[in-house]
Parts: sequence; structure tokens; C-alpha cells
Amino acid sequence: MAATPAPILSNNPLYRRRRFTNRLMLGLSGLALGSGLFWLAWIIITLLVKGGAALSPALLLESTPPPGEAGGLLNAIVGSVLISGVATLIGTPIGVLAGTYLAEYGQRGWLAPMTRFLNDVLLSAPSIVIGLFIYAVYVAQVGHYSGWAGAFALAILVIPVVVRATDNMLGLVPNSLREAAAALGCPQWRIVLFISYRAARSGIITGILLAVARIAGETAPLLFTALNNQFLSLNMNAPMANLPVVIFQYAASPFEDWNHLAWAGAALITLLVLAINIAARSLFRK
Amino acid sequence: MSRFRSRPWADAGFRQLTRLFAFLVFVLLLGILGSLVYGSRDAIMTFGPAFLWGEDWDPVRQNFGALVTVAGTLISSFLALLIAVPVSFGIAWFLTELAPMWMRRPLGIAIEMLAAIPSIIYGMWGLFVFVPLFQAHVQPHVIGLFAGVPVLEHLFAGPPMGIGLFTAGLILSIMIVPFIAAVMRDVFEQVPAMLKESAYGLGSTTWEVVWKVMLPYTRQGVIGGIMLGLGRALGETMAVTFVIGNAFKLPSSIFSPSNSIASALANEFNEAGGLQKSALLELGLILFLITTVVLALSKFMLLRMARKEGTR
Amino acid sequence: MRLRSLSIIWISLVLLACPAAYAADLTGAGASFPYPIYAKWAAQYHKETGHRVNYQSIGSGGGQQQIIAGTVDFGASDDPMPLDQLQRYDLLQFPAIIGAIVPIVNLPGVAAGELRLTGPVLADIFLGRITRWDDPAIAALNPGLKLPAHGIVVVHRADGSGTTFVWTHYLSQVSARWAAEVGQGKAIKWPTGHGGKGNEGVAAYVRQIRNAIGYVEFAYAHQNDLSWAQLENRAGRFVQPTQDTFVAAALAASDDDDPSMGLMLDNQAGPDAWPITAASFILVRKRPIRPERNQQVYAFFDWAFSQGAALARTLDYVPLPDPLVQRIRALWSAP
Repeated sequence: MAATPAPILSNNPLYRRRRFTNRLMLGLSGLALGSGLFWLAWIIITLLVKGGAALSPALLLESTPPPGEAGGLLNAIVGSVLISGVATLIGTPIGVLAGTYLAEYGQRGWLAPMTRFLNDVLLSAPSIVIGLFIYAVYVAQVGHYSGWAGAFALAILVIPVVVRATDNMLGLVPNSLREAAAALGCPQWRIVLFISYRAARSGIITGILLAVARIAGETAPLLFTALNNQFLSLNMNAPMANLPVVIFQYAASPFEDWNHLAWAGAALITLLVLAINIAARSLFRK
Repeated sequence: MSRFRSRPWADAGFRQLTRLFAFLVFVLLLGILGSLVYGSRDAIMTFGPAFLWGEDWDPVRQNFGALVTVAGTLISSFLALLIAVPVSFGIAWFLTELAPMWMRRPLGIAIEMLAAIPSIIYGMWGLFVFVPLFQAHVQPHVIGLFAGVPVLEHLFAGPPMGIGLFTAGLILSIMIVPFIAAVMRDVFEQVPAMLKESAYGLGSTTWEVVWKVMLPYTRQGVIGGIMLGLGRALGETMAVTFVIGNAFKLPSSIFSPSNSIASALANEFNEAGGLQKSALLELGLILFLITTVVLALSKFMLLRMARKEGTR
Repeated sequence: MRLRSLSIIWISLVLLACPAAYAADLTGAGASFPYPIYAKWAAQYHKETGHRVNYQSIGSGGGQQQIIAGTVDFGASDDPMPLDQLQRYDLLQFPAIIGAIVPIVNLPGVAAGELRLTGPVLADIFLGRITRWDDPAIAALNPGLKLPAHGIVVVHRADGSGTTFVWTHYLSQVSARWAAEVGQGKAIKWPTGHGGKGNEGVAAYVRQIRNAIGYVEFAYAHQNDLSWAQLENRAGRFVQPTQDTFVAAALAASDDDDPSMGLMLDNQAGPDAWPITAASFILVRKRPIRPERNQQVYAFFDWAFSQGAALARTLDYVPLPDPLVQRIRALWSAP
């Protein structure tokens, strides 16, 4: 080494190369962000333009038409609301109670860590496999497609989201709250029901909202469970129209009226899911 | 004081109730696995392990093999990763280190919106908007570019059809970017400021800090995030089935049509019976096992990352 | 308070599960070939009688599977089941409508009905032996057309399809090579090409992808301004797909006396016959879990045979000839 370190001149080749690399990488990462935003913008604009072209009051007033005619999506919307609603009603209590066990009672033993792990596996399981499962154990046994089968399949998708949200949120409740209640003579179950739940309430509701957002766009599990229905029907025990399968069928068809309806339905679902996400986010911040 | 009459069974009862539901989750997963195994027993007994490398999918001669769909699933997912990982990395780095503070939240939310878009919309957008443009304006140039280059020529060959493995991989990559970017952002934010500042203090450029200090520190978390994205890509049905081409043939080039397990299931399950149905269920089992293994690895990596953070 | 709202929710759920007792709710599933006309019939039937017939297009294979599994009230398939299978699964089969399959192409500059193809040439295209549009075999048939110097993108069905069955049945008759190398069936091992789901999927693909060729039921091509090709029939004449050529091929249906009712109408001898005409069939269980459902299915199709003929013609289907309808009505009343 030289006796005195050489000053770093800006034409030092090593420094120039490092600076170049740095600028290049900064540029590329900005490009990456730009490209991500580009795809997002393109997709959303496509949705709004194509979907917006088909938005009309008829969308909410008329049922799905036979090919070659104009119509609406009423039966699909009603069916989706019913199926998703029932799925959430079934999945939420199961998820909340299971999450409660993990957070409140799961400090010892093997069940809690194992369930947490399996819950994460279930969370990311391909939804089509869930549909196959419900077909095999319910549809094939009962002998017909039904809204119930669709609801069960979606409930299985709701449960892990809610379990994880409940587990995390209850875990965030400070123990001092629980200890204070215990010191006042509160039994454990009351502590959980009236203290922990109340403290974690907004987080758990956020989790439920996210679960709803998740199942709103799920198509694959409904293909083999709820099938679809041309007509408006409130009968959960028979095939039921639902928005994602209708979109799938109509988008992949050559009929223009159907294509328009598919885009409109897609726009509807996306706006709903985005709205739920924003609501969940703002709720959680409170 | 009657409200506080002691109910000794309440505590144990509530505890058992929650335990029951936790057990239910456990049972549910085993039930899914079990029903898949039970449904595929015919195929397993008929074809044995040769199913995994069987290239045929012939409903007429009742000969089925998983190779084409497994290959399609894996190739499209790895293509997706190839594109998504650098992009996610760029996004995560930009959002954690480079962007001004006021930009971070809105941009972060915008990227997360990509995750909120239902997958069927990716499929529709892919087939009706992206494919025609790709087929007419991009693909012919790419094919022409590599024509004559010895090895790559075959990789990028084929009549420009728009749909195929590459398109499926590209759409999948757009879908998984938000997942991988979110995890990368989280782990990048966990890097101790001390570490970064020491590097800066020694004269590192921003890039060198991220490449030589942050990435090695967060290596396991990053890999965990990548595997999370991979798991998502492997199981994706709707986005893939519109654009992958649904051909039961081993792909000869990146632009060939192919098939993935999920899209084969979506197309054929409702009409399959007997041995074909069993073979399809075996495909579902294989997919489930692959995604489970990938996810278990991802969780393991993220757990090790979290432990490391805990020893700070 | 909370208990009350919870119980309201539960009671609503219970009420939801009670099936509507006032109107018949039939579920049918199967072939996409007749889907446009079944859906139109169902909509009209609902307007006139209030009964709902929910028909879902999942492919002929799906129709057969689901009626065997008993998950639907009737299945629909263009691939007629042979007598031994009907007896094995205890099913009743009858034709409901006649339609035609046309080859569709996406060739810029070539209008509907301009392109001329023959059976053997079609077979070679789908075998992957003819790979370019400007191949001499195609050019020889179309001296006046400018064919692009591009590869042919073959589109076929990805799902189990009666349309595929009829298509491959036809190809097997006109091309010995096809019969030997591939054969016929609802789902076959395609030598080349991409798969679309349902008639809808094939039409959508051909519409989207340039230089593509596929095959669909005529209503799908006509309703969507897709370009179809003329075909050379057995009598050696090039015919266009029109009501007249379909009816000419359907004449043979009157003479059919197959006990399984599984009549095949492709490659008929008439000079004006469209070579790929086909009937589509309905399958019901002879001993269903709910016997009154079969009566409701028969009532629907009885209405369709008598009142739905005009609707069928607007969509370019061919209503069944009267003698055949009489035979079907007799079949329904038989024990």
C-alpha cells in the first residue's frame, strides 16, 4: 500500500465502475416498479373500459341471457352473494374458534404448532383441489350440484384466512389485560370472550373481510360444486348461478353480448374486492 | 352477584370447544389428502410409479401419464419466477430504500392491488388483450431474432400463436409479483439500520449495500418469499387455463401450447369417469403434494429468518 | 340482542334450504353443440309455463358422466351411447335436435364460405401433415384465393366432446389415414393443435388467433360472424352450410330404426347434403330417484318438439322430422 492513501478522484476507474453499476441498478429497479405499475394500470384500465361499456341498470335487473341475447347478471350476483355469505357464516365461527385455541390455549402441546403449520398449508392449497374434495365427499354422495356444495368449498377457503388473522390479532393483545381480568376473578372463558375478542375485534373483522375478498373471485372450486344456473334461484339445494363461473363461461365464448357481460362482471368483482381491501386496511388502522 | 355464580364446566367446555375446532382444521387437511388418495387408487394401482413419467394422455386407449401436465406446471411456474423475482426485488428495494417517504405507502398499496385482482381477470385480460398484441407485434420478432442461433432457435421456435407456455408464465409472473415483493419488503425492513449504516460509512454505494449486505442477511426470508410465490403459481388455475393452449404434448419450445395440472383438471374433470377420473385425481394429489412441499420449505426458511431477527 | 340476530340468521338459512315447491326446477348438463338452442328453449319455456330448465354446457362426456352419477335430471350428448351401455347404466336415449358442424377459419381477407376444403385435406390438416395455408393441396382447391404463407394453427376441443366424436367419425370415413392413426371418440389423442373448452372455447380461440382452423357447431359460427369453409360431400359436390343442406342430410333420420335411437347423419349420400350433420341426444335414467322428474323432462322436450321448431330454425338447427318425434313419444310412454 502507498504511504498516503490516494484521493478518490472521480476518474478512478474502479469508482467509476461502481458508480455506473449503482446507477444502472437504481434505474433497473425503478423500471421494475414502473413495469409493475404498468401492468396494473393496463389491467385496471382494460377492465374499466370494457366493463364500463357494459355497465347499465339492466345488469342488476335481468338474469343471464341465452346466447345471442342481451341481459344482465342478476341471478349470478344474487347467487354469489348467497354462496359467499353462507360460506363466510360457516367459515368464520370455525376459524375464529380455532384461532382462539391457537392463541389462548396453545402454549403447550403438539396440536397448536401442528395446526398452525397445516393451516398455512391449507391457506395456500390450490383452490381447485378443494373443489375436487367437496365434489368427492358431498356432491357425488348427495347426488346433485348445489349452492351448499359451493358454500362448503368456499368455507374451506375462508377458514385458514380467519384462523391466521384471529391467531395473530389475539396474539397482539397484551397479556397485562388478561392478567388484570384474571386478578379480578374473571374465569378464562370470560377473559377470552369479553376481553381478548373486544381488544382484537377490528383485526379479526379485517381478517374476515380479507377472507371475503379472497372468495369473491374464486372460480375453480365452484366449477364442480355449484355448477351454474341460467335462472334466478334462491334454492341453495340446487345448482346456483354465481358470478365467477358465469364470467368464465361467458368470457370463453364467442358471443359478443356474453363477452360484454363477462367484462362487466369482472369489473364488478374487481371493484368489490378492491373496496373490501381498502375498507379492511382503513379499519385496521383505527 | 348471581352473574358470577361459578360454572366450573364453562372454562373446560370453552377450551374443549376451541380445541375441537382447531382439531377440525387438522382433520380437514388430512381429509382432503385422504380423499385424493382414495379417489386416485385406481390410477395408482393401474399405472404405478410409471404414471409420473408417462407422456401419454389418451382417453381412447385409457392410458394416462402425468409428465406433460407436471412439466407444463413446473415450466410455467419457473418461467414466472424467472421474470417475477428480479421485478419483485427491484420493487422491494425501491420501496424500502430509494423512494421518498411520501411515495412509499401509495406505491406499496398500488402493488398490493395487483394481488387483490381475482385470477380470472388475469386470464381474460391475457387472452383478449395481451395475446392478440403479443401474437401480432412481439412474437414474430422474437422468433425471427433467434432464428439461426444454434440452440436458442429451437427454444424460441414455433408459429406465433400468442397463447402458450411463455404467455402463461408471463401472466403468472404478474400475479405473483405482489406476493414476493411484499415478503421482500418485510424482510428488507428488518435489516438492522446499524448494518446498513456501517456499510454506507465505509463508502458503499446503495446498490452495494443491498447486494452485499442486505441480501445475504435476508437470504432465507427472500427465499421463503420466492417459494411462497412459487406455491401460488403452481396452483393457479384460471389465469393459466385461458392462455396455456390446453395441448397434451410435451412442449418443444417456449411458445408451444402445453397444459398444467390445474387447467387439465378444470377442463376434464366434469366429464371424466372411471380410470380417467382417477388419473385426474392422482394429478390433483401430485399438485397438492408439490405445493405442500414448496410451502413447507418456504415456511421453514421464513421461520429461520425470523429467529435470526430475534437474536438481534 | 346478539342472540336474536343470530337466530334470525339461522332461521333464514333454514328457509333458504327449502326447495321452491311451486315450479319445476330441472337440471340438465352436457353437450355444448345444442347449448344455444336448449338455452333459448328453456328461456321461452320459462316465459310460457314458469318451469325452469337449467341446462349447463359441460361437454358431451360430462353429460354422460353426470347422468350416470345421477347428479343431473338429464344429460345431453352428441356421442350416442350404444345399446349395451344404455342397458348397463339403465338409461333411456332419444335425439332432440339436429345440427351441423362446420370447419371455421381465421384467414384475413377470406370471407365466410369462400374457402373450399375436402374431407381428406381436412384430415391431413388435423393430422399435422399439411402445415401451411399455401400448401399445394389447399391451393389446388382454391385457385381464386390468396392464401397466406403462414403456418396453420389447429384448434380442437380440450374437453370430452360429442362434437369431436362426430368430427372424428366423419374424418375416419373420408380418410383412411385418419382412421388408422387416430380414430374416433369424444376425447382423442390429437396429433397437433391447441385445445379450447367447449364449442365456445374453440370459436373464441379461432376468433382470436390468426391463421387458425377449428370446428364448431354452425350456430356458434353464424352467430359470431366467423368464417366457415365449404366442404365437398360424398356426392362430389361442394356445398355451403345452410338450412337446406342440413335438411338434405337430415332426411335419413326419418328412416332410422336403431333401437338405441343413436342415429349418425354424417357423410350422407344426397347431392345437397352437408357432410357433417349430426343429431344431439338426451339421456335420462330409467329409474330415477325422483320419478316425476322424468315426466317433467319429457314435458319440456314435448313442448320443444311441437312449439320450439321455429326457434330452432332461427338458430340454424334442424327440428326432428315428425316420424322420429312419434317414435320418441312412444318411447317415453313405454314402461
